[in-house]
Amino acid sequence: MSARRRIVAGVCSIVALVCAGGGYVAWAMAGNEQPLTRAAAEAGPGTLVFLDRGRTLAQVPVTDAGAEPVRRARTCLRAYTSGGTTVCLRTVAVPAGFEAAFLRGDKEIAEPVRVDGTPSRARVSPSGRLAAWTVFRSGDSYDPGGFATTAGIYDTRSGTLHGSLEDFAVVVDGEPYRREDRNFWGVTFAADDRTFYATMGSGGRIWLLRGDLATRTLTAVAGGVECPSLSPDGTRIAYKKWAGTRWRLHVMDLRTGRETPLAERAEVDDQAAWVDGATVAYARPDGEGRISLFAVPADGTGAPRLLRRDASSPAVIQ
Amino acid sequence: MYLSTTRATGTPAAAGRLRSARVPATVVALGMVSFFTDISAEMVAAFLPMYLLYGLGAGFLHLGLLDGLYTGASALLRLAGGHLADRSARPKAVALAGYGLSAASKLLFPLVGGAVSAIGAAVAVDRAGKGLRAAPRDALITAATSPHALGAAFGVHRALDTAGALLGPVVVFALVAAVGDAYDAVFVTSFCLAMIGVVILACSVRDRRIAPAVRPRVSLRDGWGLLARHPLRRAAAYATMLGLVTAGDAFVFVGVQRQTGLGAATLPLLPLATSLVFLLAAVPLGRLADRAGGWKVFVAGHALLAAAYALLAAEWQGPVAAACVLLLHGLFYAATDGVLMAHLAPHLPEHLRASGLAITQTGQALARTGGTVGFGALATGWDLRVSFVVFAVLLTVGLLPACVFPPDGKETPS
Repeated sequence: MSARRRIVAGVCSIVALVCAGGGYVAWAMAGNEQPLTRAAAEAGPGTLVFLDRGRTLAQVPVTDAGAEPVRRARTCLRAYTSGGTTVCLRTVAVPAGFEAAFLRGDKEIAEPVRVDGTPSRARVSPSGRLAAWTVFRSGDSYDPGGFATTAGIYDTRSGTLHGSLEDFAVVVDGEPYRREDRNFWGVTFAADDRTFYATMGSGGRIWLLRGDLATRTLTAVAGGVECPSLSPDGTRIAYKKWAGTRWRLHVMDLRTGRETPLAERAEVDDQAAWVDGATVAYARPDGEGRISLFAVPADGTGAPRLLRRDASSPAVIQ
Repeated sequence: MYLSTTRATGTPAAAGRLRSARVPATVVALGMVSFFTDISAEMVAAFLPMYLLYGLGAGFLHLGLLDGLYTGASALLRLAGGHLADRSARPKAVALAGYGLSAASKLLFPLVGGAVSAIGAAVAVDRAGKGLRAAPRDALITAATSPHALGAAFGVHRALDTAGALLGPVVVFALVAAVGDAYDAVFVTSFCLAMIGVVILACSVRDRRIAPAVRPRVSLRDGWGLLARHPLRRAAAYATMLGLVTAGDAFVFVGVQRQTGLGAATLPLLPLATSLVFLLAAVPLGRLADRAGGWKVFVAGHALLAAAYALLAAEWQGPVAAACVLLLHGLFYAATDGVLMAHLAPHLPEHLRASGLAITQTGQALARTGGTVGFGALATGWDLRVSFVVFAVLLTVGLLPACVFPPDGKETPS
């Protein structure tokens, strides 16, 4: 081929590639249209707020979770709603990354906060004042190939960013814990807007920590607890526990330390949400190629039931 | 000393042309190839965690397995790419295979479905292509450029490469916002961009045909035999030694965020600052390397990195300190990445050039991985700040022989 013909062939190929790629994206965007219904009112008690098809913020009565939901024009990777506040972890294009947005109804109540990594967990305190997130980071782990997570807390009322939990003082067995390879994940809030719980992993071990925002300390209270979720009455936590080959959902009584495995036998890699004082909801693969919401009794009895197909990030308004 | 030059430019007239040394169109084309390939690659890199967590519902423990498994394999492939390019005397064909493999891997992702091991295999194919193409591509840049303009040429290439890497995540996050959970669209877009790179390479760069009778036969031993010679042995040894006392970038960013009192929310923006400095400084520092000598710039770049570590250890607070560290960090990359290749390439015999470049790059890459692991162990067992003190000292000590006994006395062949 002569030089000229090569250039012509090259330009034609590039034009064809641009058309093919652009056409595919346009087709995908057309398939992405969803009927949006606006929230008529604040979600009241007993409302399940979740991500429909894993990304559109939507709400439905928890007693009739299969019904046609009210959809809102918000997309999130992970979300949670409590006390009227929704934290929505989403992507930002410029500069590329992720952020946490804070909504009441359809209004943003604070400047979004950039988060450093792929969102994996989100929580809001019962009053709606504090929001927390966990993000997953690759690339700053202390052993290449390992993973790192970090968790942050933001006060939507005062605008205080309580930093990432790495900046808190950690106490394990009464001693200050100083290893640098600490990872934090799965924050859950108590009703006082000061106490919270989270998981710390370090040196191959895992602890449940009780945190105090006023003194900026974290104290280890138990081992092996991941992604805790505090019950509405503040006496128990639902959590996932590594059972040798997979994570199983458990509930722990904080006063006695007694652990109860729940009736869900499939692996659950999620931070559960309490439906009421007796039931927890969570997302897991449904065996049909989708992530769906399930609910199971919190006392270890009964069996899991499907709450809603093709949905994630459950939160039930108390 | 045996020196080979890319073109006959050892004349005094060549010195006069130094100022007007132009970067050839071929190099710009190769830069554009890397630009599109890097948009494509960084799209997938930024998207993969999201895809695993939200597209497939795989837990993030599995993610760790996908990351960093490939260092050793990619090192081997880098060496293989260099050797194959020399053996066949067709660096373009080998580079094309590498770029093509990476492009094809983008379509593997949506095809293999949800098994994490299959995703891992697709990532491995992508990395294999990346390893395969690096040395032949750098050999092509060298072959197209006069030795006096190599610094600028590699600077242009690395700047375009970095621009692509910066754009990739922007493209992917904008796309995710537009297509929602139609994640296939991300991989298709990434594939199309990578293919544009392949097309540019195929249509704009040519292998120089050398009659088989004229070119020497290349065996594996010949490539390694380069290490028996100055200047490669010394340059590769220095690059490897300095790599061993280089902390991973992530530690620099964590150090900046923690020790300059910036909020945690700034952490995700810090790597962008380093890349932006690299992007802007790659060409000017490449030109400086052409004038002042590549090795001097390479050593100075590591001195800047040592200064950055020292600043991190000094715990000087505030945004000005952060800006200084990031500026130094970006300049370090601009002064070392392409500059080392530009410095070495003209000193390597032409028929073994890709092998020589591959050996140097591999030594450096493996050493930097080792340095990161070492730094991580030190920071875990001791303290982040102390680790920066130690690495600043080690780096400075390592620079002394590199200054006093440079790999060669001459910058230009005569």
